[in-house]
Amino acid sequence: MRLHETARVSGIDRPLIGRVARSPLAAGRGDAWLLAENGVLPCDPHGYLGVLSLGDLPDDAPELSGIPVARGLRQLGYLDDGDVVAVDPNGFVRALYRRSSRSNFILVTEQCNSLCLMCSQPPKPIDDSGRMEEHLRLIDLIDPATEELGITGGEPTLFRDGFLALIARCRERLPDTALHVLTNGRMFFYRSFAEKLGRIAHPDLVLGIPLYSDIAARHDHIVQAAGAFEETVIGLQHLDRHGVRVEIRVVLHALSIPRLSRLATFIARNFPFACHVALMGLEMFGLVHQHLSELWIDPADYQRELGAAADILRDAGMNVSIYNHQLCVLDRRLWPLARKSISDWKNVYLPECNACGAIERCGGFFQSGTKIRSAHIRALPSMEIAAP
Amino acid sequence: MSAYGLLPFRFLRFDDARTLVVNDVGESLFLANDDFARFVRHELPPDHDAYLDLKAGHFLFQGDSLAPFELLVTKYRSKKAFLDGFTSLHIFVVSLRCEHSCHYCQVSRVSADRRRYDMSEETARRALDLAFRSPAPRLKIELQGGEPLLHFERVRQIIEEAHRRAEEEERQIEFVVTTNLALIDGEMLAFFREHDVFLSTSLDGPAELHDVNRPRPGNDSHARAIAGIHLAREALGHDRVAAMMTTTRASLESPEAIVEEYARLGFDSIFLRPLSPYGFALRSVRTTGYSMREFLDFYVRALDHILALNANGAHLVESYAQLLLTRMLTPFSTGYVDLQSPAGAGIGAVVYNYDGDVYASDESRMLAEMGDTRFRLGNVHRDTYAEIFGGDTLRRIVAASVAESIPGCADCAFVPWCGADPVHHYATTGDLVPHIPTSDFHEKHFFLFKHLMSLYERDATTRRIFWAWVRREPMRSEEVA
Repeated sequence: MRLHETARVSGIDRPLIGRVARSPLAAGRGDAWLLAENGVLPCDPHGYLGVLSLGDLPDDAPELSGIPVARGLRQLGYLDDGDVVAVDPNGFVRALYRRSSRSNFILVTEQCNSLCLMCSQPPKPIDDSGRMEEHLRLIDLIDPATEELGITGGEPTLFRDGFLALIARCRERLPDTALHVLTNGRMFFYRSFAEKLGRIAHPDLVLGIPLYSDIAARHDHIVQAAGAFEETVIGLQHLDRHGVRVEIRVVLHALSIPRLSRLATFIARNFPFACHVALMGLEMFGLVHQHLSELWIDPADYQRELGAAADILRDAGMNVSIYNHQLCVLDRRLWPLARKSISDWKNVYLPECNACGAIERCGGFFQSGTKIRSAHIRALPSMEIAAP
Repeated sequence: MSAYGLLPFRFLRFDDARTLVVNDVGESLFLANDDFARFVRHELPPDHDAYLDLKAGHFLFQGDSLAPFELLVTKYRSKKAFLDGFTSLHIFVVSLRCEHSCHYCQVSRVSADRRRYDMSEETARRALDLAFRSPAPRLKIELQGGEPLLHFERVRQIIEEAHRRAEEEERQIEFVVTTNLALIDGEMLAFFREHDVFLSTSLDGPAELHDVNRPRPGNDSHARAIAGIHLAREALGHDRVAAMMTTTRASLESPEAIVEEYARLGFDSIFLRPLSPYGFALRSVRTTGYSMREFLDFYVRALDHILALNANGAHLVESYAQLLLTRMLTPFSTGYVDLQSPAGAGIGAVVYNYDGDVYASDESRMLAEMGDTRFRLGNVHRDTYAEIFGGDTLRRIVAASVAESIPGCADCAFVPWCGADPVHHYATTGDLVPHIPTSDFHEKHFFLFKHLMSLYERDATTRRIFWAWVRREPMRSEEVA
């Protein structure tokens, strides 16, 4: 699924953000993109933010004069009422929010202060702080009935006050929406920053924070940032002290597997307050390809270590999940921990999966990375699927 | 020589090959003796597995990183969190009278003289005033005797008044009544149900053993206890009734039968307790007494049997092992009045005797019954909260009970998991501070920590069972064989 494409635009001299309306609105027209399909406008577009047209729309239609229009959209045919779309003057059209999806997120910035060896979304050293305004506008336009919203990056805390403003705006506008923030947690080494976040008192906020080793030097190598372990570990403590819930995320690869049980013990002993621990398979996209020889290990070859770590965490009463693993390479006894964790818009299955009896329960693959995969992918016969 | 520094830890030569190291917050590691020797000589190379384990476990540090110290600070604070809030358990001795005449009982009286041995309404009210002065966010009120049901009027008054005051002050409160259940009736149960009271009763084992230990007119203590347990479960819920056993000389030969009795009755915990060396118990030592070694042999057999039942899918916890294992395996705080540092006498729990005297612990009260009132903190009619809870008597007890400073304990690998019991040591030796080489308290706990660690190391099934106990839940379905 594509979340953006380029359209032919007219009358757009600054980025415009609005909600999609497929039929005439009684109120809120100024915030809405009227959606034209098959060259047909649902009503007079005057008073609306503008017009999005799936397919073509005549250039010379008199009712469009002076109205911002983006024409010729083909990939975004799924757009529906309440979705939020941004159109840039250069014709770049982005679906920022899809009301029917459970995988919505705000990409706060593309900058990051780490450079993880396996980063699937390599950071860009650009000043995109100007986007804050768009993010705040987006929050105002999102349906308050939305169950879950991700906040991600890059490293979303880099804007410091901007990040806090974002969370505060979510608390104000979307009080019933669970917020899940992906951050390396390093900024919370500064206690006052953790304290300020705690003081916002968002009712349903979790910070997902990666920890890749119990040994500082190894974690720092994996995230390619000296001192990161120190900052993250102390940051986790500060967050707990200020009442912010945290989730710990461990990506499994050849550098994290050897001490995985020790890391599990370290987490249980030092961060028993973490509300969730996610043990995650590699996403074969982005920087991982540059470091493949250092990182790759067939998931089938680390099932013993994965099982031991999961046991240690569960013994200690922690809530554990396994993400991004195909069931055919996961020990049968670990299946109850496996989650279908891949966002809908990048989730696929292989042709051989069609014959698999467990496909309904399986998380499948990242669309971006099916080429390098376990040598043990196969369709499971139903007798292997029954509970052991 | 590597430039690393040592963080506070203690150690024990665990067996011929391995040394157990335990840090100040109770995290432990086994090291090969050789690695241990290199470790303390600062000779471990930084790529050695033992070096990495010791670093992650906060036994050594290198460089100027703050993380080990920040984490240790937090963990130390967590481990000692039982000290937060001060006295939370308030024990009311509503009557000294009892219709049982157990050989091992410390202090009860078989007497018809109600006025002499019952707590008065005014005494109860003044004791409640003190209890509600406690800063503890959560109060636990325990009513015991004697047999508290013989003075139900006072039980009713205390629970009703405490409940009302807790509601007014918006404080959490819970109630426990410690009773032999022989006299329980429908009216009492209805009252307990209304106030969500938890019942704690005595069950020493099968009828033939229980009735020998716990004589009463008609010799029907066991039958009445069982009937009472069933009635109480029906009225209050299965998990609202717990039982405790006391080990007598007669018990020593039947650990399996005692465990079976608890399993048969559907209890999910059993607390294997040795005799207390107090009061009548001390006087009848010839008929009921035994050495600590004999008790520990009994305990090991009973625990083995409990583990075997658990391995077959039963959920039956030994409560003392559960306490010790929680300390050994988790970062969490577990206050237990008779095994914490500093001890919980007075600062974790306090006893209001029927006559208004306030004691630092049940043992202190028993000592007073034998004529030594050293641990009497004051009287509810004469002394203020500040005098009772801030007075010299309590200060002396607390100062003498910091295990980390007791000779013989200070260097013990197990001290982060252990505690002190100054009242016990005073009662048995005349000194608040134990003489460790001859202390039965030391003998018991040193043995138990080592034994539990050996069992934990022994096999995966035992580890699964122990962790389930620590989590206070049944084993996960896939763990049951």
